Amino acid sequence: MGGPEIERLIQLLSKLPGLGPRSARRAALHLMTRKDTLMIPLNDALSNAAARVTACGICGNLDSIDPCAICRDNRRDPKLLCVIEDVGDLWALERTASFRGRYHVLGGTLSALEGVKPEDLSIGALMARLEESAGEITEVILALNATVDGQTTVHYLVDRLKALGLKVSRIAHGVPVGGELDYLDDGTLSAALASRRAVGS
Amino acid sequence: MIQTDQSRIKPAVKAHDVSINIRLSRLQLTGFRNHAELDLHIDHRPVVICGPNGMGKTNVLEAISLLTPGRGLRQARYGDMAAQNGDGGFSIHAKITTAQGDMGVGTGVMADAPERRVVRIDGTSASSASALGRIMRALWLTPDMDRLFVDPASTRRRFLDRLALALDPDHADHGAIYERAMRQRNKLMREAKANGTQPDPAWVEGLERQMAESGVALSAGRRATLTRLQGYIAASPDGPFPRPQLALAGLVESWLEQAPALEVEDRFSTHLARGRARDFEAGRCLEGPHTADLAVRHGPKDQAAALCSTGEQKALLIGMILAHARGLTADGLGPVLLLDEVAAHLDQIRRAALFETILDLRLQAWMTGTDAVLFEHLGDCAQYPSIKPAMVTNG
Ligand SMILES: [Zn+2]
Repeated sequence: MGGPEIERLIQLLSKLPGLGPRSARRAALHLMTRKDTLMIPLNDALSNAAARVTACGICGNLDSIDPCAICRDNRRDPKLLCVIEDVGDLWALERTASFRGRYHVLGGTLSALEGVKPEDLSIGALMARLEESAGEITEVILALNATVDGQTTVHYLVDRLKALGLKVSRIAHGVPVGGELDYLDDGTLSAALASRRAVGS
Repeated sequence: MIQTDQSRIKPAVKAHDVSINIRLSRLQLTGFRNHAELDLHIDHRPVVICGPNGMGKTNVLEAISLLTPGRGLRQARYGDMAAQNGDGGFSIHAKITTAQGDMGVGTGVMADAPERRVVRIDGTSASSASALGRIMRALWLTPDMDRLFVDPASTRRRFLDRLALALDPDHADHGAIYERAMRQRNKLMREAKANGTQPDPAWVEGLERQMAESGVALSAGRRATLTRLQGYIAASPDGPFPRPQLALAGLVESWLEQAPALEVEDRFSTHLARGRARDFEAGRCLEGPHTADLAVRHGPKDQAAALCSTGEQKALLIGMILAHARGLTADGLGPVLLLDEVAAHLDQIRRAALFETILDLRLQAWMTGTDAVLFEHLGDCAQYPSIKPAMVTNG
């Protein structure tokens, strides 16, 4: 079946989330039969993104400019900082258009089972950012998933942030257990954000 | 408290609509154990699957048990459930008839992720298997459970948790969160010990907080279940199955007798924090809901169940399952029963009583056996689908 080029394409596609070997073969075929309308434009888009998109040096968001557009946006409320697990959660919150502050992407959650330690997350960068803000950031909102690891990380951050004397709140989890922000509909997410509760005081 | 009330309370069960009790109306298996393809259409009656050993009777029951949260009646690895000559995946699909109407429920694993269970409810992916608990209720009895009263306490906890899950679908979540948080705390302690350091206190405390919240909810669920079951047992009519006396022994469980849950949460949290040094030395958490035990006594004989004859132990166990099923049915939560090789080990009187209870409660019980004669009593009150000779791929 096909040459090594096709095999390589299928092999790479099958590494995408949600694609098994079977759907990867289908996707490869789909691309190859739409060379001009899809495959070449996709190739260009991939090269451009690979060349230009980087993680924002301040918040960890992905953008083609650094600092990212959100960090540069002066209309954002400088007093609010929302801590999320990954860029997917940032996108989910941005979709709701209900948060006007800025973000900090942790890059995951603490997990002893998966070997993710505090130093593997951008917690040090978060602490430095808050100290450097010299009082400009007054509230940190912890918007982590309602999983065991997400909530362990919330407890951990509350403990670390205590010393800074900021207002620390967490989003209200009417969110089902194991619920990930990305899966919530925008209304539920907005409501969770609006009814956030102060913690650790 | 041990239930000693032997008063003859009339059971609350009365004639009711067959549609109240949950049941399967279709079961389709693909690549599951020895069943390459199986498609059963069934009605509300009890289901009897008869035939020689090795034809996959228990596998059918196991498939149904997987329509609830957890790893099913064998507690097996998902990887082991996939057909040996298949691609490593399997699927179980059922049409479930409930008081609210029919639902399509599917579960299985994909060949490329054999340890990740996929759950679909009416065509929509569910985020976890605990969603199944909100639809399907099942209680089971297997030959492995003959040793329930002599096995380690974990077996009895799992049994009680299964009874609890039929009452409260969230029970499985509490258990899963508690286990995961505890495993992480254990791992942090063992790693630190191996490195000659101390575990990060803020991290450990975060895990302990969650162990306290979920652990207290877990224990409270067990206590509530025990109380309900004691009531169900007291309300059951006299029969050939001896009445058990039940008690729950456990640290958190006993605190819940004295104080409200929120207070017990704080107490357990403090207990965990104070026990850190001791747990650190042991490399694991030494005390909590994961060490609780269900104590069972033969009521009429006032004897520990573990000391009763094997026959009496089996009768006690069946009595408990039937009392729970009877109570659940009265509460509008009638479960599906999965009884693997149960009839064979009962004398005629108990076997008849078992069948009569199932018919009286109008439960869809799935029963297996090697000898069709054992089920003659049921006649056409039951259905006898054939699970066709399994198609084994590649011989
Ligand atoms: Zn940024």
